[in-house]
Amino acid sequence: MARITASVYTSHVPAIGAAIDMGKTAEPYWQPLFKGYEPAKAWMKAHRPDVIFLVYNDHATAFSLDIIPTFAIGCAAEFKPADEGWGPRPVPVVKGHPELAAHVAQSVIQDDFDLTIVNKMDVDHGLTVPLNLMCGSPSTWPCPVIPFAVNVVQYPVPSGRRCYQLGRAIRKAVASYDEPLNVHVWGTGGMSHQLQGPRAGLINREFDNAFLDQLIADPEALSRKPHIDYVREAGSEGIELVMWLIARGAMNDTPPRVVHRFYHVPASNTAVGNLILENV
Amino acid sequence: MALDKPYLDVPGTTIFDAEQSRKGYHLNQFCMSLMKAENRARFKAGERAYLDEWPMTEDQKQAVLARDLNRCIELGGNIYFLAKIGATDGKSFQQMAGSMTGMTEAQYRDMMIGGGRPIEGNRYIGEKK
Repeated sequence: MARITASVYTSHVPAIGAAIDMGKTAEPYWQPLFKGYEPAKAWMKAHRPDVIFLVYNDHATAFSLDIIPTFAIGCAAEFKPADEGWGPRPVPVVKGHPELAAHVAQSVIQDDFDLTIVNKMDVDHGLTVPLNLMCGSPSTWPCPVIPFAVNVVQYPVPSGRRCYQLGRAIRKAVASYDEPLNVHVWGTGGMSHQLQGPRAGLINREFDNAFLDQLIADPEALSRKPHIDYVREAGSEGIELVMWLIARGAMNDTPPRVVHRFYHVPASNTAVGNLILENV
Repeated sequence: MALDKPYLDVPGTTIFDAEQSRKGYHLNQFCMSLMKAENRARFKAGERAYLDEWPMTEDQKQAVLARDLNRCIELGGNIYFLAKIGATDGKSFQQMAGSMTGMTEAQYRDMMIGGGRPIEGNRYIGEKK
């Protein structure tokens, strides 16, 4: 049977991708951030999964305002890095895992989560920057990835509660897959940031660190945090953090082992968080 | 009965909800068109003519021509879509975000390096700073 062994949480700031692509990672501005991810990269090398189930959001790239799916699962064999207006990022094509993706889709939809199934999609920085942060810049990504896109662009986005429960349904789906795959579930986006209006640039360290504490220790209570708390306290784009609850919901009920925790301000407009939890 | 919108009292913030999205549909789809290199070239060659191909309001067109991102957002634009205009102009996301705050680019960058805009005084409209 397949099993989820760990979950990874990380921000997915586009400027991080640009810094990697332009060879700026050693510059004083970026060096502390990339140094902070070194333990995560070392862990990733030593704990390579068979599949990464990667929860992220599309930023007006694959989905325009023509179609806005709340939850979309990528079932294709491969996903190309998108041209987001600056040209496609020079990163490897993302190989999917159509068999596990189809299995999860079937199971989760039968559990009352009405996923949109996507068989053709380009992936933007929301998906490729986390892969870079955790895996560096290899010529091919270390394993297949199932992209799972969540609408956090047009409000209302799904509630934290809904996301947490979806994580549970994904856990159940993976556990019923016959092949003995080692699966990671990643939740990406956040942490506090606001990219629009006169309040742009908002950062809230206290909120972010309390969020990390509670994500580790009491995700059940954290899942009840209302949208307005994210918007007011963590900025209009801080609402991306609900996606972390999907990954957390996919973990076992027993307390996880905290492998790595890192927090850094700023990356461009954003507070960056990184957390690795292993099932014990 | 009116919908519950508890986010209307957050200062300096416009939440891109279903109503804003309805207002901004054509504005945002125009932005989306700039993801294609040939469209970026055509837009740069004649902005007004390119905008006139879209069923946008005159206010929306003027806001785009003026690169007034706050006004674009008020008229239904969303920052991830508006970012395509910035990309066409060769601007970074930080330059775009900063342009909405009334600060210079250097001031905004320094604020971010210094830990960002503090939450104190920025939770509610009319709150004492």
